[in-house]
Amino acid sequence: MHVVIIGNGVAGVTAARHLRKRNSHVRISIISGESEHHWARTALMYIYMGHMQFTDTKPYPDPFWKKNRIELVRGWVSLVETEAKTIRFEGGRTLSYDKLLLATGSRPNRFGWPGEELQRVSGMYSVQDLARLEAASPGLRHAAVIGGGLIGIELAEMLHSRGIRASMLVRESSYFSGVLPDEESQMVNEVILEQGIDLQLSTNLTEILDDGQGQACAIINDKGERIEVGFVGLCAGVSPNVAFLEGSGIEVSTGVVVDSQLRTNTVDVFAIGDCAEIREPGATRGKVTAVWYTGRMMGETVAENLLGGARDYNPGIWFNSAKFFDLEYQVYGEVPAATSKGEEESPASLLWMAPGGRQSVRIVHRNGAVIGFNLMGTRYRHRVCESWIQEQRSVEYVLKHLNDAQFDPEFSRRWTREIQQALEASA
Amino acid sequence: MSALVQIGASSAPHRVATQVRSLRAGEKFMLALVGLGCAGLLFAALAPGSWAAKGAMGVFWFALIVLGGSWYFWMAYGRSHPGIKNDGIFHSATTHRGALAWIIGVALTAFYVALYWHGDSLSPVYSLLDPLALALTGASADEWFLYGALYTAAVGVFGVRMAMKYRHSRYQLIRTGSVFFFQLGFAFLLPGMLKKINQPDFYFTYFWPLKPDYLLPFDYVMGESGILAAQYSGTSVGRFMILWAALMLLVATPLLTWFFGKRWYCSWVCGCGGLAETMGDPFRQLSDKSEKAWKIERWSIHLVLVSIVAITALLWFNEWSGRALLGDDGSGLFWKSYGLVIVMAFSGVLGVGFYPLLGSRFWCRFGCPMAAILGFLQRFFSRFRITTNGGQCISCGNCSTYCEMGIDVRSYAQRGENIVRSSCVGCGVCAEVCPRGVLRLENGPVANRFDGADKPLHEAMRALGLAARD
Repeated sequence: MHVVIIGNGVAGVTAARHLRKRNSHVRISIISGESEHHWARTALMYIYMGHMQFTDTKPYPDPFWKKNRIELVRGWVSLVETEAKTIRFEGGRTLSYDKLLLATGSRPNRFGWPGEELQRVSGMYSVQDLARLEAASPGLRHAAVIGGGLIGIELAEMLHSRGIRASMLVRESSYFSGVLPDEESQMVNEVILEQGIDLQLSTNLTEILDDGQGQACAIINDKGERIEVGFVGLCAGVSPNVAFLEGSGIEVSTGVVVDSQLRTNTVDVFAIGDCAEIREPGATRGKVTAVWYTGRMMGETVAENLLGGARDYNPGIWFNSAKFFDLEYQVYGEVPAATSKGEEESPASLLWMAPGGRQSVRIVHRNGAVIGFNLMGTRYRHRVCESWIQEQRSVEYVLKHLNDAQFDPEFSRRWTREIQQALEASA
Repeated sequence: MSALVQIGASSAPHRVATQVRSLRAGEKFMLALVGLGCAGLLFAALAPGSWAAKGAMGVFWFALIVLGGSWYFWMAYGRSHPGIKNDGIFHSATTHRGALAWIIGVALTAFYVALYWHGDSLSPVYSLLDPLALALTGASADEWFLYGALYTAAVGVFGVRMAMKYRHSRYQLIRTGSVFFFQLGFAFLLPGMLKKINQPDFYFTYFWPLKPDYLLPFDYVMGESGILAAQYSGTSVGRFMILWAALMLLVATPLLTWFFGKRWYCSWVCGCGGLAETMGDPFRQLSDKSEKAWKIERWSIHLVLVSIVAITALLWFNEWSGRALLGDDGSGLFWKSYGLVIVMAFSGVLGVGFYPLLGSRFWCRFGCPMAAILGFLQRFFSRFRITTNGGQCISCGNCSTYCEMGIDVRSYAQRGENIVRSSCVGCGVCAEVCPRGVLRLENGPVANRFDGADKPLHEAMRALGLAARD
């Protein structure tokens, strides 16, 4: 049997690894147009900032693939012919498969802005995007970052590390307020401003201007202001990378539609990772999730199903993390965002903020049971928070055992007693 | 297109546009003091005149370098917000094996060669420290006093750098304070003061086998007048020193390693570790992370351990046999060869001289027999581990990149496994640079120590081919 995997991101590569683990005979090919080897795109910013080299971002050493008999194929796929079980590359080459796994990831969103196709305009997602930014960097003094999400703030930090001024256009009235609660979002606003980033809240991009030679030279925002920039980073979210599937017969909505076992409507075709759209996701998860670990989990699940299994994809309790400049952020379970205020049945939450410091602990609860944690500048244990939420522990129980969740480095200032007192008083 | 090929295809440093960080007036002034101090020392060493007259100035210039250097790092790192400061590490020639790295590497190596094999040639420099040496040890300076003073100054100046760089972390602050305390107190001041009161200049923080002569039957380097001669001469101080060395090795080491891992020594107390954690910090990312390097490491560090155990046993046996086995000179030959190859060439020249080329822990990883023993204890008899926080790892690779011991930390973290490796010195930098707060150094119950990870026995069986690999 020949399994062909399109995409060498974490989802596709995890699937390949687990396929090999389970079966030593199956032939496995991974196709990538982007890079020869799997790399951690989560580290894109660190390459630009000089914290790491590209080669340091590869999670597996180069001989790993040969040793595990995973064939690496370089090329961009232009067409999938499901009847003939063949994929066609740009340039005409073909490759036939017995089972196909789509793990093509995302593409940075473009909303039809005038000038978005100019040179010196790029998303910040792939090796190619990084090369574009690097090429634009010599002599660059000012750049625009469009979007107030996780990639936007990373690009701002990247530019800042090279002394390049960043103007950051954020649609919402506060950074990442579609995800973060109000106070935490405000905290990040302060961090961004403190670093000297030109943070423009409630501001949208109207147009990117051409310097007459096909390169971006300025942007105009929806307040009519013109900002001279030498680079424009489009970081307003990502969407599944599925355009090449048009006409293939594989069902595509936002992403490739899959059932709970990650199967598409087409026999022997599966989809995982950012490009997959789960038809009926659980109550607390969206249909398309573009985060690292869900790609990994789907890869592990689909490996079993590619070999005839029938395992449901179950990512468990939601969690995520990020770092906003020097401020760490972790979330476990359900945490209502600032913009979701006023909705019915909005759960209650207890918030403790360190005096004057950049630290906070938010415990979200519904009907007396804890359902979520939102943490800024402090680290909690994943397994402990997860089990508390699963076991529907009471606020009192969680507060009493708060130390069990502590994951800050040794000797860190512990605020447990202050947190317990403050939150007990407000509970 | 060319930039793309460079980034995607090779590990060579790609061309990047970096902006030179402009210095502030205060920083320029402090660097000027360092430059002035160096020039002053050079002129003083070359100028004619009596050492007594030059000495006072020498100490002044030396102090100027220490003061200017420390203050410079204080200001330079204090400028930015507390947090990880690794911007531009791989764009810089100094920290990425560029031109300046080679100059520093060769200069350090040359210094070690002069120190070990041509100590007298350093006399114009060490004589300048005579006033300091006289005050501390009651004798005029020699090359070893110079070495001790420079070593302590380096740990101090770069300790300020380390502390300011990681000032958001109390673990790093306390740990850096600890290595400086032990270097200054136990490796510089105390031995000097012992010498002044006519006692052997004993180092309380070094034990066999890192300092093998402390448990050898005789001092083969200095002969009858050496440290060990005094120790074994039957004085109460001598007896105490032997007792101390033996107790530290046989009782304190297993006990402390059980509770805290090998870090209690390697990154909190040891002088080699102290220098690596301060002056070596700019070069920690240069360690080799390949599996091949790990394989070489396991062979070489254990070979060094085996050879010092064998030599120690041999020398004792010779002593007990009334030196019938090897004679007087034969024993010395064994010990001197070990000293030449392992202590001087390996730990000195390669270990420190090659900091900018091989990374800061080359000796600790590939050679140190003390680290081998501590590592064995850490792997099998310890509560220490680095815990991975569930599924939060994003495989970015910061942890592996900045591991000075060349451990591929990510390979464990991305599988959600705890890290229990004999070579880990517990510096804690992997946990600092992780952008998701995934790693935590912990001492805890051994029951869940190997969460997700292989038990040592199983790993050993796999290494021997007796159990299946993944």
